[in-house]
Amino acid sequence: MSKYEFKLPDIGEGVVEGEIVEWHVSIGDAVKEDDPVVDIMTDKATVTIPSPIDGTVISLSGDIGDMVPVGTTLISFDSENSDELGADSSVTEPTNKSESEILPKPEVIAEPEVIAEPEVLADPEVLLRSATISPARVNSVESEIPNNIRNNERILASPAVRRRAREAGINLVNIIGSGPAGRIRHADLDVNIATKGVTTGSINNNHNAKREAITEVKVVGLRRKIAEQMVISKRTIPHFSYFEEIDVTQLEELRNNLNLSRDDAQPKLTYLPFIMMALSKIMPDHPECNALFDDNVNIVRRHSGINLGIATQTDRGLYVPVVKNVETMDIWTTASEMQRVSGAARKGTASLDELGGSTFTITSLGRDGGLGATPIINHPEVAILGVHKAREMPVVKNGQIIIRRIMNVSSSFDHRVVDGADGAAMIQHLKRMLENPALIFI
Amino acid sequence: MTEIRKCKVLIIGAGPGGYVAGIRAGQLGLDTVIVEGNKAGGVCLNVGCIPSKAIIHAAERFESLQKHSVKEGHMGLTVEGTAKLNMAELTNWKDGIVNKLTNGVDALLKNAGVEVIKGWARFTEAKRCIVNTDDGEITIEAENVIIATGSSHIDLPFMPCDEEFILSSSGALSLNKLPKSVAIVGGGYIGLELGCALTKLGSEVTIVEGTDNILSIMDKEIRRPLEIWLKKNKVTIHTNSLARGAEIKGKGASRKVNLIFDKNDENHTLKVDKILVTVGRRPNSKGWGIENMGIRMDASGNFIRIDRQCRTSAPGIYAIGDVAGEPMLAHKASAQGEMVAEIIAGKNREFDKIAIPAIVFTEPEIVSVGLDPEQAKNRGEHVIIGKFPLAANGRALTLEAEKTGGFVRVVARKDDHVILGIQAVGSHVAELSGEFILALEMGALLEDIADTVHAHPTMTESFHESVMKTLGHAIHSA
Repeated sequence: MSKYEFKLPDIGEGVVEGEIVEWHVSIGDAVKEDDPVVDIMTDKATVTIPSPIDGTVISLSGDIGDMVPVGTTLISFDSENSDELGADSSVTEPTNKSESEILPKPEVIAEPEVIAEPEVLADPEVLLRSATISPARVNSVESEIPNNIRNNERILASPAVRRRAREAGINLVNIIGSGPAGRIRHADLDVNIATKGVTTGSINNNHNAKREAITEVKVVGLRRKIAEQMVISKRTIPHFSYFEEIDVTQLEELRNNLNLSRDDAQPKLTYLPFIMMALSKIMPDHPECNALFDDNVNIVRRHSGINLGIATQTDRGLYVPVVKNVETMDIWTTASEMQRVSGAARKGTASLDELGGSTFTITSLGRDGGLGATPIINHPEVAILGVHKAREMPVVKNGQIIIRRIMNVSSSFDHRVVDGADGAAMIQHLKRMLENPALIFI
Repeated sequence: MTEIRKCKVLIIGAGPGGYVAGIRAGQLGLDTVIVEGNKAGGVCLNVGCIPSKAIIHAAERFESLQKHSVKEGHMGLTVEGTAKLNMAELTNWKDGIVNKLTNGVDALLKNAGVEVIKGWARFTEAKRCIVNTDDGEITIEAENVIIATGSSHIDLPFMPCDEEFILSSSGALSLNKLPKSVAIVGGGYIGLELGCALTKLGSEVTIVEGTDNILSIMDKEIRRPLEIWLKKNKVTIHTNSLARGAEIKGKGASRKVNLIFDKNDENHTLKVDKILVTVGRRPNSKGWGIENMGIRMDASGNFIRIDRQCRTSAPGIYAIGDVAGEPMLAHKASAQGEMVAEIIAGKNREFDKIAIPAIVFTEPEIVSVGLDPEQAKNRGEHVIIGKFPLAANGRALTLEAEKTGGFVRVVARKDDHVILGIQAVGSHVAELSGEFILALEMGALLEDIADTVHAHPTMTESFHESVMKTLGHAIHSA
């Protein structure tokens, strides 16, 4: 009887350590040669390691989950046969036989690394050639065997599609495939044939492919201006935002009645002119909100005139044309003036005067209005109003659920000069006006 | 007065290109004549693909029998006594397979209504040739000619094959006695396949290769398991070594041959029973009157120049297979032959294959379809690569196919996941090639393979897993 130490053998594939996944034996077990003793997981595979000898387990090294380097003693055996093994307790590889039959890639173990040799690039056209002397090889690149893979613009289509296209006289180069990665399908040929070549493929249905293309867009011109403006606003102004629901059921009725009096040629009223009119009415009570803050000299200039910036999305980017002195206008003038300046901004014909001088800004996304937003103040103004989409909602009123038309507004204020209570008071005032639109006209 | 046989299609050579063209032409109802000087089937069936695979299979069987005939046996199986090799019997068995197949080809041609004329053709004009048959001369005039003359073994002029001491691959496939020692000149796929088989049968093999690497058509990673097998099985490899000549020494039965070669500017002499010369193959583009046909050769002057429809520069004359360019592989020739028959029958066809698979039947086997990682990168592709070891494939383990350290490797385009190439190395991996090439021809994305259920337990799962590995989530591998 003598002690035999079984060490984690080199499992090949360059594996230097493995994780103990499961012990198949415990201390005191009598094991026979080739009985499984332990499962070792490497980054290549999980390997069951069999016992190299007959013997009794006297100790196990390592718990499940432990990482053990190659060469670490895993198990100590009391073995009767260890004489055969040379009785050397440090024997790493018990017998050639068991090693070569158990391990996934034992051949590699004793092999010295194949010396790195300069890479000889296999000529793709020369698929199979022996190399010593090969006159045929010299100019084999000239071989005219067509090989679509030769260029990067390989057409992606099955052989059956390619054959059908050829027989139909269709050049697949001209077809846009609707399959993954632009693969041309029979359906694409169907469409092309049915439309006599007018359509180049069926609707793109490219949902499988992961897209990794990256397009660089230089931030220049107006975009850069917008970016700078936003940064100034966000960096210098501590925004607070405030949201409210406004019941515009009555306003909607009024709007419809007023619109009925208009003929087709005249512009119809939207909610915006009413909101603008309401703001012009309430601002004298909230002078801190209709102001410009010159933070260089720490002076807030409260304006008595109501100049409303109308955030307008154009092809070139965001513009804020201005409707000046709304307090002097009636609802129709407000509406037409707003349409005029935003139209000019969209067409690019707005004058510098029309694009500056605002004291308060309204941003409205119209149909895409959503439920809420956190608008960024148009620096150096101190407040901004975001208008969201009106929609019918169930509302509890006097203990009953009724259907009302509800519009959400979001607002942001410069907290340096407008306190929360002041901002909220302004919005609540606006809410009262819009919910009782007659007030706008008093 | 010589007979004049007029026909629609005349095919010169009944190898894997010619006979397939013939059968297809016959199926399409074309009056077809095929001229063959040897047995049908060409190099492939007679002295190439098929007989070599028979010998390789037998060698593998012999090797495994030896494993079982040792005292302790193997996998619980023990065979009493020693496994013995009778080389002459093995050659006979191999010949039986070859005969079965070549007779099969004859029958197929006959059933397709193709007239086979035995003899060597010589062209006197573009579409007119004279064939010397056992029954005298026949003149054939054809509307269309398909040249499928194939290729031949390349001799080294300073040590031409005598098939006694200096063998070509043909000679090596018809041995009556196993040579104790063999020097193989040329470490390409033919030499290595035979080298592996001879090693398993018990020969001591030395490979003398002129370039830096054996099997340089394959990339370094994929050929490494082969290099390891060769080393482990004591095959000596001399790279950067050029054969200079051979001398036959000794008398009577003890005669041997010395191979003289230069390595690192030093002269070496190696005494062996046989030398096998496998330095490549040259197209059979001369010696049968090509000069009378008005056909242009390619820039090398060796191959016949063809276009994507295998048309030569002379109208109505087509060339297919080895004589028409690389790769010189039977399956390429067959595909071209089938296509040309259809073109002659009026169909609109073009040789638009994405790739031609290449397989090396060494131990372990090596398969490559499409681009390997290096080739893909050289084409400016941004690729992702996944590799899955056979050691983690259950079926491979039950077949002991993992013992040669094989793996499957997938190369795909990074942005759209189109598979660009697939390589595999390992025992039995040749049979995986069908799915590989189908994936390429179908324009498969990694996701197409990942979403295909692969049967368990099969080695095809390792292709599935290598694709999943490329996608970053192989199941049985970290």
